[in-house]
Amino acid sequence: MSDLLQAAIASNLESLQFAGPELALTISILVIVTVDLVYSGEKRALMTGLTLAGLLWAVWSIVGLYGTEPRSLFAGMMALDDFGLFFKLLMAGTTLVVVVFGIQSTDIDEKLAEFYAVLLTIVLGGFLMASSTNLLMMYLTLELVSLPSFILAGYQRHVQRSNEAALKYVVYGGVSSGVMLYGFSLIYGLTGTLDLFEVSSRIAAQGGLDLTLFLAATMSMAGFGYKVACVPFHFWCPDVYEGAPTPVTAFLSVAPKAVGFAMLARFFYVGLSSYDGTLGTSLAGQWPELLAIVSACTMTLGNLTAIWQNNLKRLLAYSSIAHAGYMMMGVVMLSSAGLQGVMFYAAVYLFMNLGAFFVVLLVADRTGSEDIKDFAGLGWRSPFIAAVMTFFLASLTGLPPTAGFAGKLYLFSAVVEGGLWWLAVVGVLNSAVSLYYYWRIARTMYLEDPAVAEPLGIPAIATVTLAVLFAGTVVFGIYFGPLSDLTAQSTTLYAPVQAAAQAMLR
Amino acid sequence: MIGLTHYLVVAAILFSLGVLAVSTRRNAISVLMGVELILNAGNINLVAFSKFSDVGISGQLFALFVIILAAAEAAVALAIVLNIYRNHHTVTVDRLHSLSG
Repeated sequence: MSDLLQAAIASNLESLQFAGPELALTISILVIVTVDLVYSGEKRALMTGLTLAGLLWAVWSIVGLYGTEPRSLFAGMMALDDFGLFFKLLMAGTTLVVVVFGIQSTDIDEKLAEFYAVLLTIVLGGFLMASSTNLLMMYLTLELVSLPSFILAGYQRHVQRSNEAALKYVVYGGVSSGVMLYGFSLIYGLTGTLDLFEVSSRIAAQGGLDLTLFLAATMSMAGFGYKVACVPFHFWCPDVYEGAPTPVTAFLSVAPKAVGFAMLARFFYVGLSSYDGTLGTSLAGQWPELLAIVSACTMTLGNLTAIWQNNLKRLLAYSSIAHAGYMMMGVVMLSSAGLQGVMFYAAVYLFMNLGAFFVVLLVADRTGSEDIKDFAGLGWRSPFIAAVMTFFLASLTGLPPTAGFAGKLYLFSAVVEGGLWWLAVVGVLNSAVSLYYYWRIARTMYLEDPAVAEPLGIPAIATVTLAVLFAGTVVFGIYFGPLSDLTAQSTTLYAPVQAAAQAMLR
Repeated sequence: MIGLTHYLVVAAILFSLGVLAVSTRRNAISVLMGVELILNAGNINLVAFSKFSDVGISGQLFALFVIILAAAEAAVALAIVLNIYRNHHTVTVDRLHSLSG
């Protein structure tokens, strides 16, 4: 017994050296909380510095781990592979940008240290989500992302709509993760294991489980679907996005969605399919077909509802639902090309969506309103903001030469390659619909007369932030080779069978 | 003799009651109680599967984690509800409708 215990301890200690990003965040969170308790002077700059330092440390250790041989960590609870690391990088990058937003936002002013500590907790949860390979770990990490998200959504305690957003988030979040738990319990009953690799090998060995397993997988989908905000688990999304403070909304629209896709892809590809690194078939009945329908419904509903919105944050919420639908297309394909499409799209979505939200934040802080009509004449009041906003919107639509175009190119080519023509057609039609409401914003900015004509003053740091996001949207639209290579080499998901085979080859 | 099926049926009933409570109740606290029912339905399943088949105790461990998480979730949710009560003097979800469209 003591031998077993010692072996377990040794394995955990060995795993720690590959958990650098998670350790960096854990230490940063503890430092921030402690410093907040001990130090009583002016904290704003100090706390922001600590948070940025912690995030940069995490990014540095992710980059250091990139390309390491895939392996299982912490007794099979997590896996280290480039796929997970890529999403961790996206999560950390989003948070870096959001922290820079937060400093400039009037929404985030009280209790800054707590805001940062909670934000970093979500990032930690997201890191674990991207690499968990055990049903227990998946449930725990999903909740580790959800619970602090509820707190951030209700961060403005005295603002009515922030309260309301938090309550709606908590109710939908609780129900979705509960339904997912029930689905997991059925999978456990059917296969007798919580380990994803074991799940897939036992399903393959047993056979004939199609219908019950399909039901269990569909129930599990509630949790993933809620995290990525796809139909029919999207109801929370517009209300929470509108009510939460704008930096939080920007964060929620990119980071948890990206790692949600990472977890969904891992659950589906590793647990319920025979994916071998390039192609696979489902082991749980018609799951890909179901996801394809979910994807088509998600983008159609998101785009059609966005048309009627007048509040920009709400419009961007529906647009983010639509983008979840586009990314879902890649997951449906069960191929490495599909995975690459999802990863590529998630990366460019980071730049264009954060850019659009940052413009909304800057304008809303100065005009006191998030309505589209208050963007009238922005082309004259602030030519720079209006120009980059137009570019972000073009990218969200998917027009060349923006990054959004390159992202859609990868997704659609994966879909066509996989032979799902109808889905590709629905996707293209949806992009056309989205053109209408995105250009409605651009038209308001340039063709309508402003109520107030005075120029909008923006600080230098905001200009720099916007320029960086703009540069990302331009560069990945024209010169996307490096990002394409990076995503292509990150599509391998860790699986013990493959690892054993590779070890034999060596 | 009470077997696995009995437990699964109880869990399924509990799950349905939870979903029913969440979708019909108008009081925020009752909705949260519905969420607890759903979570505990999952717990019963996990423990029953673990006890009645030869698969080890991982299901029971899972249930322990879920119990702890449910407590954490209730703490966060009740804090949010309390805050709403302070600001609006109501916890009826219908009367919170500043966000819609």
